[in-house]
Amino acid sequence: MTVRKNQAALTSDEKRRFTDALLELKRTGRYDAFVTTHNAFILGDTDHGERTGHRSPSFLPWHRRFLLAFERALQEVDPSVALPYWDWTADRSPRSSLWAPDFLGGTGRALDGRVMDGPFATGTGKWQITVRVDGRTFLRRSLGTAVRELPTRAEVESVLAMPTYDMAPWNSASDGFRNHLEGWRGPNLHNRVHVWVGGHMATGASPNDPVFWLHHAYVDKLWAQWQRRHPGSGYLPVAGTPDVVDLHETMKPWNDTRPADLLDHTPHYTFDTD
Amino acid sequence: MPALSRRQALTTAAALATAAAGVAAAPATATPARAHHDPHSPASFDEVYRGRRIQGRPATGAHAHHGTGYTVLIDGVELHLMRNADGTWISVVSHYDPVPTPRAAARAAVDELQGAALLPFPAN
Repeated sequence: MTVRKNQAALTSDEKRRFTDALLELKRTGRYDAFVTTHNAFILGDTDHGERTGHRSPSFLPWHRRFLLAFERALQEVDPSVALPYWDWTADRSPRSSLWAPDFLGGTGRALDGRVMDGPFATGTGKWQITVRVDGRTFLRRSLGTAVRELPTRAEVESVLAMPTYDMAPWNSASDGFRNHLEGWRGPNLHNRVHVWVGGHMATGASPNDPVFWLHHAYVDKLWAQWQRRHPGSGYLPVAGTPDVVDLHETMKPWNDTRPADLLDHTPHYTFDTD
Repeated sequence: MPALSRRQALTTAAALATAAAGVAAAPATATPARAHHDPHSPASFDEVYRGRRIQGRPATGAHAHHGTGYTVLIDGVELHLMRNADGTWISVVSHYDPVPTPRAAARAAVDELQGAALLPFPAN
């Protein structure tokens, strides 16, 4: 059974196996297919049109399914690997062990944002950015520059307290838990973390930075926490909503999974702590 | 990974059309009626910001992607832009950080690019 652990608790061996599996997916081209898929949905999801991966109720089940596909790909390389999560309310500094050279490497240099250390630095020759919107082929970050602070635990608590999953108009203007977690409204949780990391994480091609998966694994964990706090609240909308994935409708690009199939994460993985 | 979705196929086709034919071809996602007469579309602009020419104008034909109704160019290359329900704007290089106007999105993109050339979207 896959157990997703807090990245801060990983052993050196677990970190090495995780980063080695990432590099292997990159080498074979499978990694970049995930970046392409994410960018296609970022470009295509609009507030007043069809929306599936973002700015919509299916933001959470879509990313749960996307991370499951990615985790299974990692496990085909190394069956011992699980996606770790990054609790950015706790590990909120560029000096966190997350950004050490034995794991994801640190922030980019001031001149051009280029990440200079760790397994994904351009100097290794193993992490060329191929799915991109500009000419630069090196991984970039600018930790804590565009926005100074990561969300706090109190801000997360205020969002977890919201009893309604999502509300009309089911987009970036919605009230409710989903849009506050996504960050288009309120204290801004998920979106702000993308902006805090900067570089590729701030773009539509954000999975170019491996921290994408650790960020979304924690967003996914917050969804599970919300479900436990509000056992009487379910995914919305239930049926008949144009341009929006209802509870029992299948999601693109897989077309084989409905939000209803993904509400319970425990058939697929558990977390180290609840 | 699964096969290309219809959405991916559409965006790829739109990019190919743009790359191959400049501004002449109309991609499948264009919405000309709205693009020509959107009363809420911001005014045009044209300036040099940090050494780069940024232009914005209400979209027509080939540039009316996704019903945004507005086109931004950086040194002549289109920046993928999106309007949020609250009227704020984001671009593909700054996709999680809304700003008030298309000009602000263009300037944010120039800041983010640090001199790098924008590629026609989606580059993959």
